[in-house]
Amino acid sequence: MMQELRKERLDRGIKVRADSIYAISSLKEIMFLMGPGLILVFGLLVLPAVVSPYWQRVLCIAGVYVLLSISFGFLANYVGLVCLGGALFVGVGGYLSGILNAYFGLSPLLAIPLATVAGAFICTLLLLPCLPLRGVYFAIISFVYPLLAGRLIAATGVFGGTDGIAELDVLTNKWVNIYLIFILILVVVFGISRLVNYEDLGLVFRGVKDNEQAITASGLNITFYKAQAVFIGAALGCFGGAYLSHLYGWAGMSLFAIDFSILPVAATVVGGSGILYGPLLGAFLLIPISEALRAFGTLRIVFYAIVLVFFVVFWTEGVLEYVRRKYEQFEHWVRV
Amino acid sequence: MNKELLLQVKDLCKSFGGVKAVNNVSFDLYRGDIMGIIGPNGSGKTTLNNLITGFIKKDSGKVYFKGKDISSWPAYKIVDAGLARTFQLLRPYPTLPAFKNLIPPLYSPRARRTSRGKLGDRAAVSIDILEEVGFERDARVPYKLAGALPLGYLKRLELCRCLALKPELIICDEVFSGLSMSEIASMVPLMERLQREGITLIMVEHRLRELFKIANRVLVLNFGEKITEGSPQEIFNDEKVKEAYFGGGETYVFS
Amino acid sequence: MELVIYGIINSVSLILMSIGFALAYGVSRVPNFAHGALFILTGYITWIFLYQAGLPYALAVILSLIIIALIGAALYQLILIRVRGMPISEIIASFGVGLAILELLRWAGLRGMTYMLPPFMKESLNIAGVPVSYHRVIIVGAAMIMLFFLWYFTHYTKPGLALRAIAQNERAALVLGIDSDRAATVAVSLGAVLAGLAGVLLLPLGNIVVEMGYEVLVFAIAVSVCGGLGSWKGAVVASFLIGFAQIITVTYLASHYHFVVALLIIIIVLITKPSGLYGRQKELEERV
Repeated sequence: MMQELRKERLDRGIKVRADSIYAISSLKEIMFLMGPGLILVFGLLVLPAVVSPYWQRVLCIAGVYVLLSISFGFLANYVGLVCLGGALFVGVGGYLSGILNAYFGLSPLLAIPLATVAGAFICTLLLLPCLPLRGVYFAIISFVYPLLAGRLIAATGVFGGTDGIAELDVLTNKWVNIYLIFILILVVVFGISRLVNYEDLGLVFRGVKDNEQAITASGLNITFYKAQAVFIGAALGCFGGAYLSHLYGWAGMSLFAIDFSILPVAATVVGGSGILYGPLLGAFLLIPISEALRAFGTLRIVFYAIVLVFFVVFWTEGVLEYVRRKYEQFEHWVRV
Repeated sequence: MNKELLLQVKDLCKSFGGVKAVNNVSFDLYRGDIMGIIGPNGSGKTTLNNLITGFIKKDSGKVYFKGKDISSWPAYKIVDAGLARTFQLLRPYPTLPAFKNLIPPLYSPRARRTSRGKLGDRAAVSIDILEEVGFERDARVPYKLAGALPLGYLKRLELCRCLALKPELIICDEVFSGLSMSEIASMVPLMERLQREGITLIMVEHRLRELFKIANRVLVLNFGEKITEGSPQEIFNDEKVKEAYFGGGETYVFS
Repeated sequence: MELVIYGIINSVSLILMSIGFALAYGVSRVPNFAHGALFILTGYITWIFLYQAGLPYALAVILSLIIIALIGAALYQLILIRVRGMPISEIIASFGVGLAILELLRWAGLRGMTYMLPPFMKESLNIAGVPVSYHRVIIVGAAMIMLFFLWYFTHYTKPGLALRAIAQNERAALVLGIDSDRAATVAVSLGAVLAGLAGVLLLPLGNIVVEMGYEVLVFAIAVSVCGGLGSWKGAVVASFLIGFAQIITVTYLASHYHFVVALLIIIIVLITKPSGLYGRQKELEERV
């Protein structure tokens, strides 16, 4: 007779004890709870300092994608808006910062924050009429905006047309460049995870996602709160764009490239949705891999696409969920 | 009559495709009353409720709340004006503890206004509200996940969501349905207390016996049209109502 | 006059490009975002048969359509079937497959002027003083025949009716003993054939380039969204709307606006009438 086996998963004792705040009794348990967070913090702060300048630059660009992925994950998981507008955010932020710097002579350190806020405002305004749309429809429309913007710039030739705005000031200090984005990522990650888990506004956002009628029946204007969430998401993307344009010293049409819309999705799929850290992990995995594969030319996009399909179809939990399971539970086969 | 006119519904119409779900319904509601809306299944009670609260767009007709025409207002604004409602299909946040379900309404502009900025800690306030309506019997219940609560508590939770807004009028969509006799028995005094506190109620109900005990006026709908309106005693003896419910038969359900 | 004739031709091309997408979505509720890739792939396979294998043109076309039908069926059976009912996953998975196909073709060297299919007939004729090549006439004729066939198929044949039943009420159809997965396989496969047919018909007008694959996808989405996702009557009307809008802007503005117009129409339609021109009430609820 065939022996039937079943995989049994049990929470580790330390997880059970550490789950409830009252039961923490040792340094070990505190470390168990805080370990992942500490690894994240030290990883982000130490990693850029120890790699070669080439990889530092790669990490800076990866940072932008991380911000976009967090923005995507936040909007999709906690507000219920599948927003493929990453390219729109990056483009608007990048161009705004470029314009402020090149035409008005603002220094990057002033242009970037200004472009972040103003860009987020513009993006929110653009997306405002589509906010009542759901799911796929919002995704389509937010995906179309950056395509449209890129084509419009090419067709009308504003802001330097296809050449873009060249010779922007760059942040000369390498460390400012690196830690500007990495510290921001940390602030954003912990800020958003606090927002959605502990703040009342975060509860409202989650209500908007899975309980629209209850939110309306509570006298809250759904569109207003969706707009707030989009503003937060857009601000992250706009910062990324503004930062990127000063990293390259150039703001051009490639800021509206669909990569900025697609990659956050890929990062979320690979890293694991549901938790905020999933997209972050996914982006940090994907960008360096993509850099390492640069030699293969367009074949790396094929590789990307296959990985994406694999994760979406066969390994839906994503990497982070898998790691978390291993961290919190032990598994063994039992006979049925 | 010297009571203040709170809600006035005039010639409300709504059709879905060819079906007239609500057809020319009009009624007046005075402050402090409890009005029951009854009718057989599919008579348009819930649709009427949705129309008044703005969750469905009306074809024609007017709704006045405190003298203001709210016919074309979006749903959230109507709630903001003080007209709250519960849902027949319960809509809690299943993955949140019960008391956190009340945070969104407490976060709303209306709640902030009515509390005049002295809201304090929203979590504490929401537990207070929950205890007022009957969660006090077991101190742990407010901390349980809403998805794990029994139906009776969920119905109360729905009501709490309205109470958190400090409304002037609550439209209750079948709060009694699906509850056991003892649960209903404990809900009735709650409703009466709300009335004493000055909240006007509209109760869309199937449970006629309990409804007739507490309602001042009853409105009867059938096939989307208002058949009659009157005091519970009048409705009880009305031939048209019996006919609508039973096609003119015995009235054993009432006893 | 020129405007009208080229408007019609352009609109019919849009119908061809989008009808497969609209059909697959309307029937199996699977948004097949690999649509543009299948379009290009068919052209490429035909090219291989024609020039590498030296087959006659007609045979090459028929063979490549058969192959693309199998690829479509495989796409559903191997991949999409596992993410059925999760719209976002369906889109990501099918788009991923399309992306992989297109970029693989690009890597294999599909760019520039190298790959061209010959037009079916080289001569042209005059319609009201406007020269129109026979190939374009064939396109219009083929589209008409195809539309008629589709209408007949979905209204009067058993598999076609089964497909529509699934589209309207999947549960009721299951109760009636219609195999939902088999119907969806047929739908995706048919959608792939339609995409391939469009490829074979339209690609001889230009080069086989990868960018075209993305453009076809965007046009297909534009037409389907505008007409109401899944409604192929709406898709036809929307094709004419977008087709003429494009030709008009190209004539009076500049040629690079024709993509902008398609995108603008998506945005305007979704904002003003989210269910599209022919979308039904049910879809409206899903969207808004």
